[in-house]
Amino acid sequence: MASLAATAARHIDRPTLVAFGCIVVLLLLGALFEPAFLSPVYLVQQLQIASFLGVVATGVMLVILLGHIDLSIPWTIGIGGMMATGATGFLGPELGVALAIPFGILCGAGVGVINGLGVAYLRAPSMIFTLGMNAVAQGLMVWHTGGFAPQDRATGLMRELTVGHLVPGVPNPLLIWIILGAVTIFMLTRTTLGREIYAIVVCFIISGACAAATGVLLAGWANRSYQAMGDPYLLPTIAAVVLGGTNILGGRGRYIGTVAGVILITILQSMLSVIQPQRFFVPLGLEMPADTFRQVVFGVVIIGMLLIYGREKLVR
Amino acid sequence: MSVETAAEPAVRRNRLRLSAAQRGTLIAVAIFVIMFGVYGWKQSVGLTPNIINTAANKGALLALVAMAQTLPVLTGGLDLSVGAVLVLTNCLASNIVNGDPLMTTLGVIGVLLVGLVCGAINGVIVVYGRLQPIIVTLAMGAVYFGIALALRPQPGGSVNFDFADYMTRSTFAVPHSVLLLLAVVFFIWIPYRRSILGRAAYAIGSSEQAAYMSGVPIARAKLLAYALSGLLASISGLLLTAITYSGAAKAAIANDYTLNSIGAVVIGGTSLFGGVGTAIGSIFGAYVMRTVGDLLIVFDINPVLQPLFVGMVLLVAVSIGSLRVLRIKNKLDLFR
Repeated sequence: MASLAATAARHIDRPTLVAFGCIVVLLLLGALFEPAFLSPVYLVQQLQIASFLGVVATGVMLVILLGHIDLSIPWTIGIGGMMATGATGFLGPELGVALAIPFGILCGAGVGVINGLGVAYLRAPSMIFTLGMNAVAQGLMVWHTGGFAPQDRATGLMRELTVGHLVPGVPNPLLIWIILGAVTIFMLTRTTLGREIYAIVVCFIISGACAAATGVLLAGWANRSYQAMGDPYLLPTIAAVVLGGTNILGGRGRYIGTVAGVILITILQSMLSVIQPQRFFVPLGLEMPADTFRQVVFGVVIIGMLLIYGREKLVR
Repeated sequence: MSVETAAEPAVRRNRLRLSAAQRGTLIAVAIFVIMFGVYGWKQSVGLTPNIINTAANKGALLALVAMAQTLPVLTGGLDLSVGAVLVLTNCLASNIVNGDPLMTTLGVIGVLLVGLVCGAINGVIVVYGRLQPIIVTLAMGAVYFGIALALRPQPGGSVNFDFADYMTRSTFAVPHSVLLLLAVVFFIWIPYRRSILGRAAYAIGSSEQAAYMSGVPIARAKLLAYALSGLLASISGLLLTAITYSGAAKAAIANDYTLNSIGAVVIGGTSLFGGVGTAIGSIFGAYVMRTVGDLLIVFDINPVLQPLFVGMVLLVAVSIGSLRVLRIKNKLDLFR
């Protein structure tokens, strides 16, 4: 028991504590408006939604830990979802259904392979290389849907994976996130992968695979895949990782911090859509779309929290 | 004695050799001329003034955003909010650049001021908040885009017709948008390049530590770079309003311009590590990026494939830039 507490203490640093503190404060503040914010049903539902972000953030965190960044997230999510639902077009009706999920994830990992090779061996700046890959992935997917009508329905297994409960009370996506998180923590703390020479390529592959896995989950959740399905995920993903205390220049960060960041972002999004702050401006004669607040609050919260604990040292 | 004789050939060789930035600019000019030549040749009606005007307007929009991107990149940073500032100023201009000439002038000044302020906010957070430019501009880009949505929830609005027409017309086959670009180069870029803070920006991009040790005004130089970046993006926003006669807050527009601006900067010979490059190169880089789209049309390739080709151009450009890895003698230089 003592060793467990010691392990926990080693994993929790200041940014993590701040992020978890913010989650609690947000929930309490939200409960003033709407007591249902503290109900277990709502919280479990939020964790389920957070799992989508959590899976993609896991891969991005590894890349950021290396001091790189993966901006190809949006369309890698798209590739994961669209390739999984469209697998029958490539693998035939039987194999396509059976192998839909691994096929989708493999395609995402393929994007990661190219990213990794470009960054590790051509030494291209990861920011630009992955931005370019995002455009290429977008072009390929547009081509894919433009050339012939692909199957966009999720398979039964994908559906089950996102809405079912393998363990009673725990939604499946949350279960996936917990397993993935445990594996990641084990990898980060117990293996020497971080010191191996191929770490860059491997991390980009993991990032691509995680993004594609999120695409598969999202396709199962919405029961179909669509082109821009990954677009709303870029900023929240990077924000979750960075808010969780992972240094954007690499080298520092804890997985538990990313978990906190993911939950914080998800709850923030959910509260904004429930409380609808724009309705307070209507009496003032200001009609604003809901997205305004989501974007502005998002940007301000990220900058604000980073100003608290993410600042660099002065150049001396 | 022997030192002089050894130095002389070195000087002569240097006179023939161009700097990395000049070489990059020349390559961008050459690629553009070839691509545009092919475009004119394949075009069924040839290069009429109308076609040139349209191509010039489209390219000038991106060229201004690419120049905006160049300034932070030269300091070793990056501005992922240029597209959002463009969209914000476009939405603002569709609201306030209206009415009689006086109101229109005030509106134009207002739009440019908002762009300057957006850039300055980025700069203040980067300099005094000491946060990474990439995350600051990504987050602030979301804020600017949110404000743009509030200004124009649905695409629409209007703009002073005479002003819009004047901005997008040609006189004697010279498109006004090209004259606008020339004006920006002569009245903003060249004075900036020659100013102390402009040269400081290059020094910071080469080595911030060394610049600091040499007493270069780092804070002011970075602030100016980001503020001017916002201003240039807002000029592009104005031009976009004049071309479309309306404003639209679409995330796709912001993303497209941000992505293409980085591509244009890379093709224009500016180093993404900072310290090397010019805004002139970025202008031609921007025209190259836009001609890719035009070429797809004349070669009868589905225009929806444009992202694929733009992405490939970006990947190839950035990979060629990285070929220096193969020439480098001391591998430690890579981790500078």
